[in-house]
Amino acid sequence: MRALVAWLVVGAAMVGCARPDVLVGSKKFTESVVLGDLAEHLLAGAGLDVGHRRELGGTRILWDALLAGEIDVYPEYTGTIREEILSGQAIGAGDRALVAALAARGVRMSRPLGFNDTYAIGMREDTAARLGIRTLSDLARHAEVTLGLSHEFLDREDGWPAVRARYRMPHRSVRGLDHDVAYRALESGSIQATDLYSTDAEIRHYRLRVLEDDLHHFPPYHAVYLYRTDLAPAAVAALDRVGQRISEPEMIAMNARAVLDKVGDCQVAADFLAQELGGAPGECEDAGLARRVWDRTLEHLFLVGVSLLAALIVALPLGVLCERRRQVGKIVLGAVGVVQTIPALALLVLFIPLLGIGALPAITAMFLYSLLPIVRNTATGLGDIPPAMRESAEALGLTRSARLRMVELPMASRAILAGIKTSAVLAVGTATIGALIGAGGYGQPILGGIRLDDTGLILEGALPAAGLALLFEGLFGLVERVVVPRGLRLQPEARQRPSG
Amino acid sequence: MVRFGGRTALGPIDLVAAAGKNTVLIGPSGCGKSTLLRLFNGLLRPDQGEVLFDGEPVAPERVLAVRRRTGYVIQDGGLFPHLTARGNAALLARHLGWSRERIAERTAELAALVRLPAEMVDRFPAQLSGGQRQRVSLMRALMLDPEVLLLDEPLGALDPIVRSELQEDLREVFRSLGKTVVLVTHDIGEAWYFGDVLVLLRDGQIAQKGTLDDLRERPADPFVTRFLNAQRSLVR
Repeated sequence: MRALVAWLVVGAAMVGCARPDVLVGSKKFTESVVLGDLAEHLLAGAGLDVGHRRELGGTRILWDALLAGEIDVYPEYTGTIREEILSGQAIGAGDRALVAALAARGVRMSRPLGFNDTYAIGMREDTAARLGIRTLSDLARHAEVTLGLSHEFLDREDGWPAVRARYRMPHRSVRGLDHDVAYRALESGSIQATDLYSTDAEIRHYRLRVLEDDLHHFPPYHAVYLYRTDLAPAAVAALDRVGQRISEPEMIAMNARAVLDKVGDCQVAADFLAQELGGAPGECEDAGLARRVWDRTLEHLFLVGVSLLAALIVALPLGVLCERRRQVGKIVLGAVGVVQTIPALALLVLFIPLLGIGALPAITAMFLYSLLPIVRNTATGLGDIPPAMRESAEALGLTRSARLRMVELPMASRAILAGIKTSAVLAVGTATIGALIGAGGYGQPILGGIRLDDTGLILEGALPAAGLALLFEGLFGLVERVVVPRGLRLQPEARQRPSG
Repeated sequence: MVRFGGRTALGPIDLVAAAGKNTVLIGPSGCGKSTLLRLFNGLLRPDQGEVLFDGEPVAPERVLAVRRRTGYVIQDGGLFPHLTARGNAALLARHLGWSRERIAERTAELAALVRLPAEMVDRFPAQLSGGQRQRVSLMRALMLDPEVLLLDEPLGALDPIVRSELQEDLREVFRSLGKTVVLVTHDIGEAWYFGDVLVLLRDGQIAQKGTLDDLRERPADPFVTRFLNAQRSLVR
């Protein structure tokens, strides 16, 4: 127990202060991760203490994290800044106006990296040829085409809503799915068109036709690094070394190496730098499978352990309150129930302005999800105690707190423990989503695996997560033997029934 | 006076349980005898009127003290399933910080008094018979050597043979300890067996109070006779 507390304290301290001088962030698609690694190499090459929070969800998460100072740099696209981040604000044409608008928020933009990674809509070459679709205007004439679009593209102001309005798209059947999954859905024929990035490695691999934006709807999406105004000048200079150095074919080649040739993102970035800038290649150490799984396990256990402990401290008294004061109880149960209906990702994003990124918002979200099973089972377990038992305890002359401690909680222990067990197993699952906001854990290899279409990598996260859930089940079986009094575990058929 | 849902459940009643005597509350179901018993140790509070214990009102700040000076036994024991017989008996003593030795000594003493076999002391309620559970319940009630014992149909859930055995042992305990006993039953035979004074209740009021002979020879109203006659075979 003492070791556990010590570990939690050390972990909490690590979450609190272990931060390099410069922290790079990247979104959860390969190009962003490679560019993040590139920035990391550049900054490390300039002698800076640098870290990289990889695969942090989408634009919203990265932008909020940058504003909050949780990260200092991340790769972004001018079109996204204009249409998504600063949407709804009148910004004059040209990059100069953009720079001014960013400066007002304490953010600067590096020189463009050189390539334009615009949004586009693509179809399989054979399907497109059969239907005679070359341009987006052609697509608007084929209402029967099934579209599968990434969630971000569906929601973005410059994404599907704008495209549909501009081209008067008649399509009814539009599904939202993950960008990394879309290519496989396209190949299997379950969707016929999807949004893509023009530098995606998969375009050639899957033989896709990129439909021409004949009405010039999409703005240019020049890649840049966004960084905080307070970033050290040495770091800014380091980042600008790749200004205008990455062409579109070069970016496609890097993406292809990472996604199709399964070369590590970090290595891809290092090789490019060595080749293009001629510097010493950055270091990319691969920790090895056992080490990786072990590190992820510690991160995962930390997330689950802290959130569960906090939930326990709060939920047990709440459960007692619910049972004692039925009216208050209805409100409390309603409130912790409503929390369950908020999707985990939405909850995480809500917390970023308040708590930043990393373990803290993940733990907070998991803590909130853990409340309901414990509160409800505590209230139910206490409520199920027969009135005669309660009266007996009262008639003995025990104080209220002594009755709770010596009689009511032990009698409800089995139900309470079942609630904690449910929360623990759920937390093991929920914690995998924490990787989207940089909390690490088993979600990290799962995210990477989905992004790189690498089943092995997915299993590297999914198998230990399943194992951990099973381990918790077993562990709670043991805890039950210690916590639930033996008198309550006697099964009716095992009872001895002496006469007399 | 006690009201449940606007209906007067009990009273007005004026009753004194004589110190050192056995007072038996008897009457048909729903007559208020268990309600009356619960007033004694403050499990219920009167809507009107006063309950005195040892001459003093059972006020909220005094209710714990009163309960610790009062043993309470209910039908089927009301034993806590998560504690052994010993754990049940010792619960309050433990809370009050008695030493281990003192608790063990007192438990052994009480087990002998209520004639609970020593090997039963470490069993859980689920491992005991109905009669044994009542004996443990009595141990628990007697642990702090209270001045008053309140028993609510203590033999109600037992089969006849166990019941008569326990009846005898119970009367023996009452006699040897000389405590003020208030016992609730609906069985006139049991009332006669235990009671120095019988209090016959009807619709929340005292129909008659006295010895069995008083009730039989000098019934206060026809209900008393009707009630006695309904169980005539037992009384003869």
